[in-house]
Amino acid sequence: MFDNLSQRLQATLKRLRGEGRLTEENTREALREVRMALLEADVALPVVKDFIEHVRAKAAGQDVLASLTPGQALVKVVNDELVALMGAANERLNLAVRPPAVILVAGLQGSGKTTTVAKLARFLQEREKKSVMVASADVYRPAAIDQLQKLAATIGAEFFPSRTDQQPENIARHAVDEARKRVMDVLILDTAGRLHVDEAMMREIRAVHAAIEPVETLFVVDSMTGQDAVNTAKAFDAALPLTGVILTKTDGDARGGAALSIRQVTGKPIKFLGVGEKTSALEAFHPERVAARILGMGDVLGLVEEAARAADKEKAQEFARKLAKGKGFDLEDFRDQMAQMEKMGGVANLMGKLPGMGEAPDAAKAQLGDRQVKQLVAIINSMTPQERRFPDTIRGSRKRRIAAGSGTQVQDVNRLLKQFDQMQKMMKRMGKGGLQKLLRDVKGRLPGLPG
Amino acid sequence: MTQSHPPQQTEKRPAGLFGRLREKLAATQRSFTRGLSDLLLGGRALDDSLFEELETLLLSADVGVETTQYLLKGITEQVSRKQLRDARAVYQALRQSILSIVAPCSRRLEIAAARPFVIMVVGVNGVGKTTTIAKLARRLKNDGHAVMVGAADTFRAAAIEQLKTWAGRLDIPVIAQHTGADAAAVVHDALNAAKARASDILIVDTAGRQHTQAGLMDELKKIRRVIAKADPAAPHEVLLVLDAGTGQNALSQLAHFGEAVGVTGLALTKLDGTAKGGILIALARKTGLPIRYIGVGEGMDDLREFIAEEYVDALLPAP
Repeated sequence: MFDNLSQRLQATLKRLRGEGRLTEENTREALREVRMALLEADVALPVVKDFIEHVRAKAAGQDVLASLTPGQALVKVVNDELVALMGAANERLNLAVRPPAVILVAGLQGSGKTTTVAKLARFLQEREKKSVMVASADVYRPAAIDQLQKLAATIGAEFFPSRTDQQPENIARHAVDEARKRVMDVLILDTAGRLHVDEAMMREIRAVHAAIEPVETLFVVDSMTGQDAVNTAKAFDAALPLTGVILTKTDGDARGGAALSIRQVTGKPIKFLGVGEKTSALEAFHPERVAARILGMGDVLGLVEEAARAADKEKAQEFARKLAKGKGFDLEDFRDQMAQMEKMGGVANLMGKLPGMGEAPDAAKAQLGDRQVKQLVAIINSMTPQERRFPDTIRGSRKRRIAAGSGTQVQDVNRLLKQFDQMQKMMKRMGKGGLQKLLRDVKGRLPGLPG
Repeated sequence: MTQSHPPQQTEKRPAGLFGRLREKLAATQRSFTRGLSDLLLGGRALDDSLFEELETLLLSADVGVETTQYLLKGITEQVSRKQLRDARAVYQALRQSILSIVAPCSRRLEIAAARPFVIMVVGVNGVGKTTTIAKLARRLKNDGHAVMVGAADTFRAAAIEQLKTWAGRLDIPVIAQHTGADAAAVVHDALNAAKARASDILIVDTAGRQHTQAGLMDELKKIRRVIAKADPAAPHEVLLVLDAGTGQNALSQLAHFGEAVGVTGLALTKLDGTAKGGILIALARKTGLPIRYIGVGEGMDDLREFIAEEYVDALLPAP
């Protein structure tokens, strides 16, 4: 998400970087482009107007720091405004109530509520060590309850069974009773998708809300929604006291306009992003990092956090020891590295967070796909332990066997061995005190990192 | 197994269709239509502020920057040539330009002689593919075709059950395997079954997928290849389902799905819920692809054939 918006804004602002001064002329031109970029990203029109007005006022005013060039100054203003638009910091769920903490999930049809319920349950189980029960009050869509039950089974959450001939309000009440009886920390209630203009359905969800008084009422919204996103959010917010928003399907190329608008119009924070199909694909939303990402500064913090969470500490330490010795980095380690990368959401996810990657051509990004990684792993898996430790022993007939075993071609095996060879050389250099230097080089390329 | 659910009482009122579409698009009318008629039919002078408000209305309706500029350019040119003298004339001109954009897209789906006639249904997650398939199957069955459905969404939990529930109500056979099965294999089975039972039409449901996920799009290409193996002319229709509430991203969805599997027709769902739906105009202008169906409600009869005049009349009633 945000890539397209980011590309547009970067191109506009880059043109300004060449300018000596920030004149009314070039600001106006740049702001017109920014306006177009925001509109094409589906940011709500009233929000765009406000935004442009604020930026114009600030850019013209006293806020420009002496140490910045005019182009940088405008980037800073735009960045500050983006942060202001989305809220300053991540807002966590409020679960500090007498258990069970009840979370009600609402939204339009097809926004991704049921999947989100499962992701949220998993998130709370794994990160917050909560016991979670899920229940479905969707008595309309065929097999909706079934879907939640299956998802609950895959993530190991408790499931409260319900039937389509029951009243949603009663399902909700019984689910809370059951969760209390079973001493669950959290109960998440899924509801049917509904149109905000459907009065009967909105009455129904108000009744559900009144019956169970949830501590969190989350609005689930598709990040690809157009200008109507704010109207929908407003209507739901008027009907229910929303406490937050979850933005789904952000792994596509949606430009994230809804994210920028909803917070502004409803004042309700975006708490999570859905970032993929798997139940693990839910991220806490950090507005300040997203603003940086939009302007091409990269979500380095997010990257570090993910690395810390996914990395297997023991393996990392062993790897560090090997590195320090400057030798012994073998194909086994190579494979582990790949697996770690997979755990962090795959190559594509990582790339999106690197500074400057917003500007990389899509084709280049696609080439570094997760598929290649899978292929590399398959090739290494087809080797004997001996071969993994001593790749030099892999010659003609071994290569053919490995290729056959992994369903690849001999060329693929050759490519892997070559890549590995290069990597080994780099590792050796790093081992010989080169690590510091390498880090310095990398840091030089990251804007906004303390040096 | 026949279930005697009468699926959401059917009211066949072809004569009233027109009025019903307008009624169904009430939400769209509320903001866009009323906004336009307030602006242009209230006897205001033709000045900059009027055009700015017109731009605002179009942009807020998801018509998109490019198409909005295109529409406005046409109108301001006519104004400067003194062809349009008042706001009412601008309203008429706008009506006319929108009609000329969408008219080439109202081409109905003709069921050719091929047996089975294969319709492959694709789209991103949550646009309403499965529900649209149910309504489409019902429509085609009522037209006298023997319809079969292949459940190739083997990814989403309970997607197969959802399709089976619908099909049970409609008494339409479904060919399915278990969740997690190879989608292409399901399609292969479905094709064989459709031939064996001499079905007229096979509708293939596919899993929703983000159009930017190369791996998932490859899977879709594979499904297409499997279909083409059985009959080189198949799939005879690749129907892309789009959510009318989607913003400018719909264009990207169409581009990606088009490139991967050659989309031949569109279905726009949830047109009743959105106050906008202007994306339909943007899609029509950018691609000219046939818009086969629009979804205007939850009832089984609420999947309509797209008829340009009817749509424009509902959107901008003749003054």
